[in-house]
Amino acid sequence: MSALELITDAGQPVAEDLSQAPLALRGLTVSYHDEPVVFSVDMTIVPGSMTGIIGPNGAGKSTLLKAALGIVTPLAGRVTVWGQPLGKMRDRIAYVPQRASVDWDFPTQVLDVVLMGMYRELGLLRRVRPRHVAHAMECLTRVGMQDFAERQIGQLSGGQQQRVFLARALAQKADLYLLDEPFAGVDAATEAAIIGVLKALRDEGKTVVAVHHDLSTVEAYFDRVFLINRRRMGEGPVATAFTQDALQATYGGRLSDGFVARQSAG
Amino acid sequence: MLADALFLQLGYNAALVALGATALGIAAGAVGAFLYLRKRSLVSDAISHATLPGLALAFIVMVLLGSDGRFLPGLLAGSALSAWLGLWLVSWMSHRTRLAEDAAIGAVLSVFFGFGIVLLTVIQSLPAGRQAGLEGFLLGSTAGMLRSDALTIAAGGLVVLALTYALRRPLLMGAFDPVHARMMGVATRQVDLMLMTLVMAVTVVGLKVVGLILIVALLIIPAVAARFWSDQAERVVLISGALGGLSGYTGAALSATAPDLPTGPIIVLVAFGLFATSLLVAPGRGLLATALRHRQVQQRVHLRQGLLALAHGQPIYEGLTRRILRRQGLTRPDGVATRDGRAAASRALRDENRWQALRRTEHLSELATRDDGLTRIEDVLTSDQIATLDATLAPQKGGA
Repeated sequence: MSALELITDAGQPVAEDLSQAPLALRGLTVSYHDEPVVFSVDMTIVPGSMTGIIGPNGAGKSTLLKAALGIVTPLAGRVTVWGQPLGKMRDRIAYVPQRASVDWDFPTQVLDVVLMGMYRELGLLRRVRPRHVAHAMECLTRVGMQDFAERQIGQLSGGQQQRVFLARALAQKADLYLLDEPFAGVDAATEAAIIGVLKALRDEGKTVVAVHHDLSTVEAYFDRVFLINRRRMGEGPVATAFTQDALQATYGGRLSDGFVARQSAG
Repeated sequence: MLADALFLQLGYNAALVALGATALGIAAGAVGAFLYLRKRSLVSDAISHATLPGLALAFIVMVLLGSDGRFLPGLLAGSALSAWLGLWLVSWMSHRTRLAEDAAIGAVLSVFFGFGIVLLTVIQSLPAGRQAGLEGFLLGSTAGMLRSDALTIAAGGLVVLALTYALRRPLLMGAFDPVHARMMGVATRQVDLMLMTLVMAVTVVGLKVVGLILIVALLIIPAVAARFWSDQAERVVLISGALGGLSGYTGAALSATAPDLPTGPIIVLVAFGLFATSLLVAPGRGLLATALRHRQVQQRVHLRQGLLALAHGQPIYEGLTRRILRRQGLTRPDGVATRDGRAAASRALRDENRWQALRRTEHLSELATRDDGLTRIEDVLTSDQIATLDATLAPQKGGA
């Protein structure tokens, strides 16, 4: 460890014990084409919490998540999962990507997609047994998609596709769930179904982290927030960290006056 | 004659060729399906063209070492080496420079092929080169196929198939959602590399039968044809392998019916025939089925709109709507509704009103999103729910 790494943006000490934190970032910097989109960010996810990652467009929310998962390689900084390096702990993490990242004309049915979430169990050659199918169906039932098991995924609406992705994540039986804009472009029924499942996961003691952009639902959905605009702008329980001042600092001039007014009125 | 050919009655050599071509077709079809699902079909074009310089160099080296330049395993090893180099260049250019993969493929394909052709010309001028017969590897030449050649091809095909089967899950996961696959512990890069190696193996094995220019057809055509028949990836792979094998077998048999018919090109033509058939008649995604479905929906839309117009006493201007109503006996030739027509019109109107009512019903309005103008409300609601809806409709009717 170099001396430079000792001083991170929030002045966190390096020798801290992170074994309780499902996910911790220290001094994480990610750049696309030589320009940092996430700069020296510290984040500590509390176990059993439901955290919303909040920030304006282009603030690096999705990038932060992808770097935390090793999907993009950070330029600097360190990621720990229950205190361990990411590579060892991958099987305890489930990730639900943005819907746009997949070719929906791919010839696969809903049930097959969910079974892909059980690859660690199935491996290369093990046959898919009735108990595997039963578990996959159980996950589909949790998101209300049990009647669609044999549909080709391209025939589903956007919201239904998102629920199938969530079912695939559930099939992993993970302890930490990371979701990238799970509510973007979905119908109200899907939004309600997804938030119901996420809250149930939290109540089971799992940890949920979701990139979120709808400020009006933050208080209803999450118990913690992480505010980001390229740098860490705030972190903590909704009641203390999701304040008008913090939002103003995060969004700058981009936060519409209407919303600020609504927040202060409510 | 054709029947004789199809039942392998045309002699020993024809039977050997058919065996080799079938094994190659199955392997190429199965591997090609994964390549197609991974959207990397064109890479096979670069790989196959990149075999030529290696083939020619292997010949030259073997002649210089004083052995027979036509030693097949030596030629195949040389072609595999240069295919590797071509593949590595494509992947290096598309990852490390800002060139897109298609540009990299084009560059590698043409440069390697051009260099290979130059080497072939050089070989022609060598004393040992005149009988080299290396041109046979361009379009395949099965005339002098030996028992050992056929068995080599069949064994190669089997190994490729076994590896493809073992890797089917990571291959499909990487093709569908590479990011998720990586999260699940699939080493997507290595899996991709393995797929390319399998493609290379098929190409090298197929040099003798269809040649390096046409092997691409066997890797791509069965896969795209198979896609018409299924929406399940594993079935697409199976069907693709079957279509590839069928093309290989039928093509080899056909080419044996007359002297000097080129086997490779005929195999490709058979594969194309299977593709064209699939494109036309496959249920679901085929052109005919699509056109038929489109027509049925169009007719139902016109019928529904016509009935609603009748119910509201509006004039119908569209010729198609009028024809459909008349053909079904719902209107007389002068456009006036028959008794059946009036009944159907009032049923359509009732359905429409129920949908309207459904949209206003608070706890059921979610279901109203399934209204597309054609779905009958009976398919969405139970009869009890419809009765409840009708209860809300009744006073409005009375008021009107």
